[in-house]
Amino acid sequence: MSDAHIPSPQPSTGTDRVKRGLADMLKGGVIMDVVTPEQARIAEAAGAVAVMALERVPADIRSQGGVARMSDPDMVEAIMDAVSVPVMAKARIGHFVEAQILQSLGVDYVDESEVLTPADEAHHIDKHAFTVPFVCGATNLGEALRRLGEGAAMIRSKGEAGTGNVVEAVRHMRAIAGGIRRLGALAGEELYAEAKNLQAPYEIVAEVARTGRLPVVLFTAGGVATPADAAMMMQLGADGVFVGSGIFKSDEPAKRARAIVLATTSYDDPDVLAKVSRDLGEAMVGLNLEADPQAERLAVRGW
Amino acid sequence: MTTRHFPPPALGRSRVPGEGLLDDRGPHFRPTVLAGAPRIGVLALQGDVLEHLRLLDVAGAVGAPVQTTADLDGLDGLVLPGGESTTIGTLLELHNLLGPLRQRIDAGLPVFGTCAGAILLARRALRHDGTPVEQTLVGGMDMVVRRNAFGRQVASFEADLDVTGLTAPMHAVFIRAPWIEEAGSEVEVLATADTDLGPRVVVARQGALLASAFHPELTDDPRLHHLFVRLVEEAETPRKRPVRC
Repeated sequence: MSDAHIPSPQPSTGTDRVKRGLADMLKGGVIMDVVTPEQARIAEAAGAVAVMALERVPADIRSQGGVARMSDPDMVEAIMDAVSVPVMAKARIGHFVEAQILQSLGVDYVDESEVLTPADEAHHIDKHAFTVPFVCGATNLGEALRRLGEGAAMIRSKGEAGTGNVVEAVRHMRAIAGGIRRLGALAGEELYAEAKNLQAPYEIVAEVARTGRLPVVLFTAGGVATPADAAMMMQLGADGVFVGSGIFKSDEPAKRARAIVLATTSYDDPDVLAKVSRDLGEAMVGLNLEADPQAERLAVRGW
Repeated sequence: MTTRHFPPPALGRSRVPGEGLLDDRGPHFRPTVLAGAPRIGVLALQGDVLEHLRLLDVAGAVGAPVQTTADLDGLDGLVLPGGESTTIGTLLELHNLLGPLRQRIDAGLPVFGTCAGAILLARRALRHDGTPVEQTLVGGMDMVVRRNAFGRQVASFEADLDVTGLTAPMHAVFIRAPWIEEAGSEVEVLATADTDLGPRVVVARQGALLASAFHPELTDDPRLHHLFVRLVEEAETPRKRPVRC
């Protein structure tokens, strides 16, 4: 009832609760990368809770190289017009003007993403300064909490985008979840030093230690290519799944998209998972980073 | 119905979306309600299921996630949570829940829908610009809703709101929220929000069906859930229950 005692006669926008609240509504869902309005409609029809509008899927960014930037506003708007689900779009790490433009277009979430080429090698965007909420990637708990300190309203484990290989997503999800469990085992006076180790704000460290969870929704990303991948990440503790190249780089995108949606909902029911994993055509080819030391690792972008 | 027993993964298994890292309803959870409290399901296909389960506990009901038709058995009421209405509609069809759910509502099952849940209770949905949108709805309430009527996420807001029957305003969180564009004569308006176009209906009731365009489950205020629990207790459900003291 504490809320009822705070008088707020004027409606307020862009509050933490409103920003984090939209991510709460996406829980248990799949957010799909799309590059055209047609793909956006396929994703929505398959049951996507939101779409991520971008110029090239990570697999193409990886293979084509060059500087990857925010999408053309015309394309973002065309995708916003095509679907009724929320539309997210990516800005480069630290590129606050790209974020300002995306906010002006009216996108529902900005992804400050390591998949694009970073614009600032020291500073992320000050996300408190925006009305639009931000989702940010993290490889471990400290990185997640630093992003929260900067105002992120949703976290996704980074994984390794564009590889179709779930191993990095697993590594990062385990690192974040394990870090949270470790915090819960510390005594109160030990949290100050732990905040220093994590290089994260003490208040947020103490909150996570007390509640045993992040104060925002935690999705997974980077390498999910099959229904089983999605269900595994959910069982490891993700609140939902981002699928990038995995859908529209596969043989039958509509079928695979629907199968991944169903697997995310019924992530703990192997009978359903066995059923939806059939007859999907070829998955994206995938990339084994261990076997190719030259391949660029996107997850190391961001600090 | 086979029960699903499966080796739990490291973080504990749950059927509620988003519960992975939350232990506040973990394996040792016991609701602190009186015997004979109504059993109220929360549709757990997608959305903010956990937040509703938490407030149902506070409001004196036993909350239960619902994913299958078997889960509908023995319910005294049902909550349709916030989420994406198109996704939840699609999943209702794919899980073969749509028909059984409509039958239960026709038979008098009390239902409380918030935001996406309110959209699902409508007989027709409109886009933000007022054009019709093709999507799966459950129906039940004689109303037409306009989706994202208050705007996209940058226009999402929180504000205090007077609700009929409550002595103090509720702090209402509107997220890409719909409003009720048309309401039939059976529909009782419980709250309106001021907009540039004048007041618009945001909370309404028709019999034992309750719809809210905002998200009481994102606050700690259980009064709308209390109201719904009262509707459930007053409703004639197949399961007769003793009156709680």
